[in-house]
Amino acid sequence: MNLNLIAPEIAVIGLAMVILLVDLWIPPAARARLGYLAIAGLLVILGLSFIPSVESSGVIGFSGMFCADGLALFFKRFFLIAAIGVIVMGMDFASQIAMGIAEFYVLVLIALSGMMFAAGVNDLILAFVALELISVTFYVLVSFQRARLSSLEAGVKYLILSAMSAAILVFGIALVFGTAGTTNFGDLNQLSNQLILNKAFWLGLLLIMVGLAFKISAFPMQIWAPDVYQGAPTPVTAFLAIGSKAAGFALILRILFIAFPLIAARWNNILIYTAAITILYGNLCAIPQRSLKRLMGYSSISNAGYLLLGIAAVSASGSAAVLYYLSGYLATLAAVFIVICVVAKESDDISVFAGLHRRSPVLGACLALAMVSLAGIPPLAGFLGKFLLLRAVIERGFANPAYLWLAGIAVVGVVISLYYYFGVVRAIYWQDAPAEAAPIHFSTPMKALLGLSVAGMFYLGICPGGLYDLSVSAVKSLRF
Amino acid sequence: MSPLTWIFLLPLLGALVILLIPGNFRPVIRLVALLSTLASMGVAIAMFALFASFQQGGQAFKFEQTVAWAPSLGIVYHVGVDGLNAGLILMGAVVAFAAVCVSHSIKTREKEFYILLLTMSGGILGAFASLNLFFFYFLHELALVPTFIMIGVWGKGDRKNYATYQITLYLSLGALLALLGLIGVYLQLPAAQRTFELPQIIEYFHTHRMNIGAQRVIFPLLLFGFGILVSLWPFHTWAPLGYGSAPAGTAMVHAGVLKKFGLYGLIRIALPIMPDEAQRWAVALMILSLGNIIYGGLVAMRQRNLNLLLGNSSVAHVGFAFLGIASLSVIGITGAEVVMVAHGFLAALTFAISGYLHEQTGTLDMDRMGGLLRRLPFIGTVGVMAMMAGCGLPGFAGFPGEVLALFGSWSRSEFMTGFAVWGALVIAGVYMTRAIRSIFHGEKEWPHVIDANWWRKTPFVLLLTGLLVFGCFPRLLTDGIEASALPIVSMTAGSMHAAKAPPPPRSKRGAAQ
Repeated sequence: MNLNLIAPEIAVIGLAMVILLVDLWIPPAARARLGYLAIAGLLVILGLSFIPSVESSGVIGFSGMFCADGLALFFKRFFLIAAIGVIVMGMDFASQIAMGIAEFYVLVLIALSGMMFAAGVNDLILAFVALELISVTFYVLVSFQRARLSSLEAGVKYLILSAMSAAILVFGIALVFGTAGTTNFGDLNQLSNQLILNKAFWLGLLLIMVGLAFKISAFPMQIWAPDVYQGAPTPVTAFLAIGSKAAGFALILRILFIAFPLIAARWNNILIYTAAITILYGNLCAIPQRSLKRLMGYSSISNAGYLLLGIAAVSASGSAAVLYYLSGYLATLAAVFIVICVVAKESDDISVFAGLHRRSPVLGACLALAMVSLAGIPPLAGFLGKFLLLRAVIERGFANPAYLWLAGIAVVGVVISLYYYFGVVRAIYWQDAPAEAAPIHFSTPMKALLGLSVAGMFYLGICPGGLYDLSVSAVKSLRF
Repeated sequence: MSPLTWIFLLPLLGALVILLIPGNFRPVIRLVALLSTLASMGVAIAMFALFASFQQGGQAFKFEQTVAWAPSLGIVYHVGVDGLNAGLILMGAVVAFAAVCVSHSIKTREKEFYILLLTMSGGILGAFASLNLFFFYFLHELALVPTFIMIGVWGKGDRKNYATYQITLYLSLGALLALLGLIGVYLQLPAAQRTFELPQIIEYFHTHRMNIGAQRVIFPLLLFGFGILVSLWPFHTWAPLGYGSAPAGTAMVHAGVLKKFGLYGLIRIALPIMPDEAQRWAVALMILSLGNIIYGGLVAMRQRNLNLLLGNSSVAHVGFAFLGIASLSVIGITGAEVVMVAHGFLAALTFAISGYLHEQTGTLDMDRMGGLLRRLPFIGTVGVMAMMAGCGLPGFAGFPGEVLALFGSWSRSEFMTGFAVWGALVIAGVYMTRAIRSIFHGEKEWPHVIDANWWRKTPFVLLLTGLLVFGCFPRLLTDGIEASALPIVSMTAGSMHAAKAPPPPRSKRGAAQ
């Protein structure tokens, strides 16, 4: 037992408990402001994560189940930042939640702790526990607007499909355990030479990957994303799109490149096909969408596909590119969902954003910039992310031409995506605002968050050096 | 700081300043835009003059500046000029200023318009100055979103929406294909030496020839990626419609400056590092360039809308640049470069005129125009001169460029050169003179049309001066270009396919003047 390893997770859970308790003693009107407490707590935890650890005796603890290496630290900070953003949005959204805003914050924090555990997983059992911790909290969060039918519907869909994927995952873990006799990543890595020809083991690993594909909304488990994204309360959609997806990628990176690097190298064709189909599916289905949140659902599928490019490359530069892309994606999605939160209170049809530049030039410009970043155009974060991913894929292409085709499909996907992302830009800048539309005002924390996310998009798009070096050092613990 | 940095940073800073000015301070916004591009143009003219005066210096690039940016990725901020881009930067800066001048006619949402126009102009000037492939691509792409929004919001014509999407999707496809190619080039370097620094890349591939398999993949990516950006036939359909729908300032910068990016990329990057494939593709590129010259010209003949005619004629003109590049000879590449500079001035000038005519007459339909020369002595004269320049009349910069390109291609294929000459002289002559007749001559009366005042004459005078100066003194350009084109050609001439094409004769000075 080395509690220092999980100190940040403990702190997050502790913070959740404190908020639950404080909630009992303060008047209902003030409860939305508990968000400030949560944000302050998370900021302290985030700040503490930058202090070099006092305890340096081994990064693996809890009988080899959990590790706190550079990759884990990278993802933990990532999730902390994402959760802070979601809570800021939640404070703005509080007026639309009938009751239990404090529980909303608490659930976000618990999901956060699940993601932070997922970041440091070193055992399949812990991976499953972390994933369930995330999923179960999201069942509640997705249907948090109990008075809204679409929110409930989304919750039920998410519950059923997520439970199914969890079942597939557990089945896979069982098969792997049955053939290998262990669930520890280190031991599995030692055994992979013997297991490489065992069909049951392969099936198990395949099922684990399918289960994880649900989390990142990649083919063949992508079908839920648009429905759930559209129905869920906007801050929850944001958390699903960024936090939950990143947790899925953290697990995929660890399972493929720590537990089974030998097998990952042999699976590159499966990964290539999955990435290609995911990119095309997400982009093609996004074209006819009229609801921005639903559009973001499909966009999230296509982005899962782009991120899979980095996984499919099976290389250090690919994994580093995944981390970089996720960071840029965090800044970009934060901007998108803040604008949705503020503007689309009743409906999120794209027509609601028509003429946004007149109602609020700042919101209009920020949403347009975020769309441009998602489309992967300089000087914003999305461009550098895609640039690094393509670089990683083409790097492999001189040995295996399938990678060149994959890069080609990614490029086609980007061109298709311009069509629908620019459709939003078009609505903002040259469609007329609805007659009753008034200027829009929004709260200071949201303004600060919006400013930070736009600054982040520009920073990651123009000055790639710092974060890229950080990403490269974070993936040092992975093996290829 | 290098003057090159100022040339492209000034418009970008101007955009930043305008961002902070409230939208209803219209004169201030316009003043900032004018001043920033004027200053940028001033620096560019000084840079060109200095460049021409110490061309004898030893090092390959002048006015270099390097700043480490992201060393682990091989990204360095590095600018510099040689003969290949000095003229383009000068032309780009002049066109940018002229575009801001003529944007006087934009009356709605000026703030956004000038931010976008300055971003686009600054970006492309930076791309031309950049010697790092990352920034080269990155700065060019800054123009994509402004193009989309500017055509959509301030554009004209009933096919505006279609045009915005068409131009955006084509340009991004071209740019992404080129990006794949550029990344491919980068990855061909050994892992320890990977960099996006162009001089180092060329140096490396000069001594270590890139293997043929890689060239076979990368060269077509660059050729067609850059080709789409330059409206290489048959990927040209975005250009006439896009320019036809764009507001005058956008069309000027786009057709004049941005379109040269792809050609510049081919000459600067693709030819020197992949000489074998350049030789292999030369004939194919020649045929495609004939498609530009002849097909583009024939389509232009059929147009009754002035902007569509100009758009198609610009497709035809870049054909000569492709022809010069395909010849892979010093004389041809020099010609291609002169065509690029000349066409930049010419396209900007013609779109400025069409913008003025549209503003005054409310139409671009040539059947409804006519007799405008009587009411518009200045604009009409400039228009006639511009159209004559478009047919390749000696005295304008287009002439030496086209002649040199044709001389270059003669050494490769007399037959195809014959076709190109026919396209240049006959077809262009037909549509340009017909346009002059239906717009400026005739009986129609235009009581409300007024000619440009002294201030609104400025952009036209500037652009015409550019055409005339480089038309009468092409050596201002060709001396520098030739010095820079020589090493490129010597690399391609050493390739394995080169035996078929003997090095062309090098006595073309007399013809050029």
